[in-house]
Amino acid sequence: MNDVCICLFAAPNFDKSAQGLAGAGRRLAAELDGQLLAVIVGAGADALAAEVARIADTVTLADQAELAEYQPETCLNALAQLCGERSPRAVLLANDTYSQEIAPRLAYRLGGSAVGDGVEVRVEGEALRVVRQVYGGKAQAVIELKRTPAVVWLRARSFAPAAERAESGEITRAALDIQADTRTRIVERKREAGGEARLEEARVIVSGGRGIGGPEPFESELKPLAELLGAQMAASRAACDAGWVPPTWQVGQTGKKVTPELYLGIAITGASQHMAGISEAKVIAAINTDPDAPIFKHSRFGIVEDYRKVVPLLREKLAALQR
Amino acid sequence: MNILVCLKQILDPEIPARDFRVVAAKREAERGSASLVTNIFCENALETALQFRERAGGTKITVLSYGQPSAEDSLRKALAMKADAAALVVNDGNTNPDPLTVARVLAAANAKLGTFDLIMVGREAGDWGAGQTGGLLAEMLELPCVSFVDSIESVGGKLHLKRQTDTGWETLAAEPPVVVTVTNDEHNVPRIPKVRDVMMSYRQPLTQWTLDELGINADEARAGNTYYDVAELAIPQKETRCEFVSGDTLDEKVEAFARRIIEVTGAM
Ligand SMILES: Cc1cc2nc3c(=O)[nH]c(=O)nc-3n(C[C@H](O)[C@H](O)[C@H](O)COP(=O)(O)OP(=O)(O)OC[C@H]3O[C@@H](n4cnc5c(N)ncnc54)[C@H](O)[C@@H]3O)c2cc1C
Ligand SMILES: Nc1ncnc2c1ncn2[C@@H]1O[C@H](COP(=O)(O)O)[C@@H](O)[C@H]1O
Repeated sequence: MNDVCICLFAAPNFDKSAQGLAGAGRRLAAELDGQLLAVIVGAGADALAAEVARIADTVTLADQAELAEYQPETCLNALAQLCGERSPRAVLLANDTYSQEIAPRLAYRLGGSAVGDGVEVRVEGEALRVVRQVYGGKAQAVIELKRTPAVVWLRARSFAPAAERAESGEITRAALDIQADTRTRIVERKREAGGEARLEEARVIVSGGRGIGGPEPFESELKPLAELLGAQMAASRAACDAGWVPPTWQVGQTGKKVTPELYLGIAITGASQHMAGISEAKVIAAINTDPDAPIFKHSRFGIVEDYRKVVPLLREKLAALQR
Repeated sequence: MNILVCLKQILDPEIPARDFRVVAAKREAERGSASLVTNIFCENALETALQFRERAGGTKITVLSYGQPSAEDSLRKALAMKADAAALVVNDGNTNPDPLTVARVLAAANAKLGTFDLIMVGREAGDWGAGQTGGLLAEMLELPCVSFVDSIESVGGKLHLKRQTDTGWETLAAEPPVVVTVTNDEHNVPRIPKVRDVMMSYRQPLTQWTLDELGINADEARAGNTYYDVAELAIPQKETRCEFVSGDTLDEKVEAFARRIIEVTGAM
């Protein structure tokens, strides 16, 4: 009853998100004086399981045919069974698409309470409390969960990883009595070009907003700048909604939560909902014509100029300095 | 097709951070001079429904809200955008009920309104951002749920739901009835209703229910905190001092800016 269960969807490697999730789980289990149990759903996760086993007490792989690839209803059934059998005090998930889709429903099936986008999980007396941003990042709330298990999806990349243990946890394969639920079925999957390199893992990000003015300058101005810096490209919601760049580029409260060393925001106001996605960036820098743009309040350094004048010159200077 | 779209009225989320205050003791936001608006993702959901109706025909769209009496304005605006019918459940209890309570109320109102093939909610509310109502509603109604949908097509008796993922898109074939949560994309930017339609909307019928009329545990709904509670609410103080690069010419300023960038990237 004091155990913590972390749920992962099959992935080829132990990325920053999985590491953060395992770290958060390990520390919470220690606080609760329970075990850390890991559940991995989907095929092709043997390497991931081996990594997770260095941190968790047990790892269960649920990779039977019906679960080989993610389908919402079938995966939910599987997780509800796997977690249900283990009666954990808390269930932790990351903040990827699938985890967010499933978590509240999983809580409901387990008779628990869910809360999402957590940046901190605390045990206070008997209660589990989760810290999260609200009001588009303008405020921070502490939410107390009233039912058990506490199902929490986390900004996993913001959590420190855990140290590996001397002995690996045991890896077992689950054989679930489960049928594919065909009321919904993923019939097509498409990756955004460039979607292989994950924005969340980027160390430098060049990001554009509505002030960029159209799709062409993203291509002709920002892209060469990003290439020079070995950066990935991102955008504000306004630029995505305008159709200038794909929605997968959106950073913010309802976009990617990124953690780069440097985030260069170009022609972006810095609305709280945008800043909510970059609160973990180490250094923010901005180019904006408006000295009162809120993004400057979060920036280490900035330049008040038209980006159309700055960016071409900046490329020249960077190229010269890098030489 | 019968479509239900759930709308939440919220404090305008786009007010600048410097104007935003909270009443910490009550753990709620100060209203101040901010206006009340419909949550943007609910409007994205309604827009997606309206476009579906334009293509598929024979579709009726009902909008539903649980909220203060002022939520009527959100419903009227939805009627002006050309939703077919509207219903309000008046909340005379906890102004920030937990997601389980909201889902219970919406599920009960849904049953009173009829049967729906498609139930649409926003991916999250722009105030508390719980992102749970759709999933919990689906569980209560024992329906499947698909999140982050941005467009819907009818294909041979099934619905094709296109949704956004971390790395791209997926299309799901779904047998109605189904619950979806909707996110924004370039195609579902909500339409602006005509002034005339806004005026007309105030003459259209609007169903109103009290919590007691829904056949749920009204006292529990008024308390609204059996799932979770807000223990603390505060505005974190963190401001960075921005160094605006200096120089007499643009060239000098950009040079300084470039050097600062190299300082960071060079240290990586
Ligand atoms: C519930 C909710 C969730 C949201 N989620 C997100 C989210 O995840 N991510 C997100 O980004 N937004 C999100 N938003 C939207 C957010 O509130 C802002 O509307 C949005 O971020 C504004 O984008 P922008 O800064 O690009 O555009 P604008 O606010 O239009 O700003 C454009 C900026 O460009 C500057 N500019 C113009 N021309 C130039 C030039 N030539 N050179 C230099 N600077 C120039 C202007 O001074 C201005 O500061 C959300 C909103 C809501 C309500
Ligand atoms: N009080 C409410 N009335 C109607 N719909 C709501 C209400 N609260 C939440 N919803 C719906 O659920 C979505 C997600 O809200 P939440 O789960 O609170 O983030 C919203 O976009 C609405 O579609």
